Amino acid sequence: MTLERGGRPAAPSGLAVIALVVALALGGCATVPAGAGATPAQASPVDPWESWNRKVFAFNEVVDEAVLKPVAEAYRDVLPQLVRTGIGNVLGNFYDAWSVANHLLQGKVQSGLDMGMRVLSNTFFGLGGLLDPATEMGLTRHSEDFGQTLGRWGLPDGPFFMLPLLGPSTLRDAVGFLVDRQVSPAQLTDTSTARWAIASLELINLRANLLQTTQLLDTVALDKYSFVRDAFLSRRRDLLYDGAPPMETFEDEGDDPAPAPAPAPASPAPAPK
Amino acid sequence: MLKKLLSASSLVLTLVAAMPAHATGTPDALVRQISIEVIDTAKADKAIQAGDVNRVLALVESKVMPHVNFEVVTRSAVGPQWRGATADQRAKLQTEFKTLLVRVYSGALAQVKDQTVEVTKTLPVPGSTQMVVQTEVRGSGEPIKLDYRLDKQAEAWKIIDVNVGGLWLVQNYRSQFATEIGKGGIDGLINTLVERNKSAAKG
Repeated sequence: MTLERGGRPAAPSGLAVIALVVALALGGCATVPAGAGATPAQASPVDPWESWNRKVFAFNEVVDEAVLKPVAEAYRDVLPQLVRTGIGNVLGNFYDAWSVANHLLQGKVQSGLDMGMRVLSNTFFGLGGLLDPATEMGLTRHSEDFGQTLGRWGLPDGPFFMLPLLGPSTLRDAVGFLVDRQVSPAQLTDTSTARWAIASLELINLRANLLQTTQLLDTVALDKYSFVRDAFLSRRRDLLYDGAPPMETFEDEGDDPAPAPAPAPASPAPAPK
Repeated sequence: MLKKLLSASSLVLTLVAAMPAHATGTPDALVRQISIEVIDTAKADKAIQAGDVNRVLALVESKVMPHVNFEVVTRSAVGPQWRGATADQRAKLQTEFKTLLVRVYSGALAQVKDQTVEVTKTLPVPGSTQMVVQTEVRGSGEPIKLDYRLDKQAEAWKIIDVNVGGLWLVQNYRSQFATEIGKGGIDGLINTLVERNKSAAKG
């Protein structure tokens, strides 16, 4: 469900910690039988915890269908577009400020300064972030989160990891997410009630923005779990390389006449053990 | 005054008329041309804005498909099993896959409102004759990345894969298809696609 925004903050950090601990504990157990429950033919090297991940995904789908999606739809239908855009802008301005720090932590000074200008412009000329004049000025948003920073520092992303309630992630991005949450808008208040309120608003705003994406997902994916997984991993990889990851070869086996039983190709079959 | 305006507009017309001839030359010019045509049409068409799949289909057929090598696209998505597929199976795979992809496209096009497309970079793919043209769809919010992978075939550049927000679609479908073929062979894949397209058409 957090497909589009990658590691964007989405829930209270307390909850995230619990979720992560539970997931780590269970995930750790799941590694012992080495993906025993995963469909054996399709065991993916990036997804050793597939059988656990699929269960969490199924759980998330049920929760989303029952609670999150209806709430997000109500939010979309009840509040006028102008109000929703304003809320999204204010939250986005906070995230942008954290992006500035991450740009700089990754040594991207120029884009960090650009994003810094963006935050300043929106804060001072955009009524504290309610409006987004910076985009009109050509200072478009380029988000960076702490998971990307860790990646830039050379930390491998580790196994794919479906987080309860929070959606697709990797071990590295889950750690990055915990750090992201420490500087989220919800941390600005002291009372826990206000924190939960802001965190809930963040989550609803995020989910409402993804309504069209997830609807599309239902129609285009043959296997939704693996589609979400592959899409998430590709997107993170793309973000890590700032939009230009090394190209993979375009696999095309050619067009031999249909019925011919393909004469042994160049690559020898792997020797059976 | 009027004379000035007329000569200015005739200059513009001349430039526009000269463009298509130039457009066939380089892959980025081709992508730019397709993007502008599709976005302008989608913006002006109320039915497309409302998500009318048949209108989108017509738009894609006329503006995009002539520049896509759809046989290569399907062949790559299906993988090694393509060789063993009969001509009939191949035709069915192409039809159903196209319907599926057009649905992805129509979902995206219905959201086009005040966007513009900018070609940002053109990169060669090392070790091949292919090129990647990177574009950004700009509107409100974060720009959306939309890249094209092209190959030169018979003196014309043809699109063979599209990257939406970091995801190469044909590459991604390759692993989706592999799972289905593993379960039920080529016919199993065809059935799944037919079912999927039917249920999507209803809902």
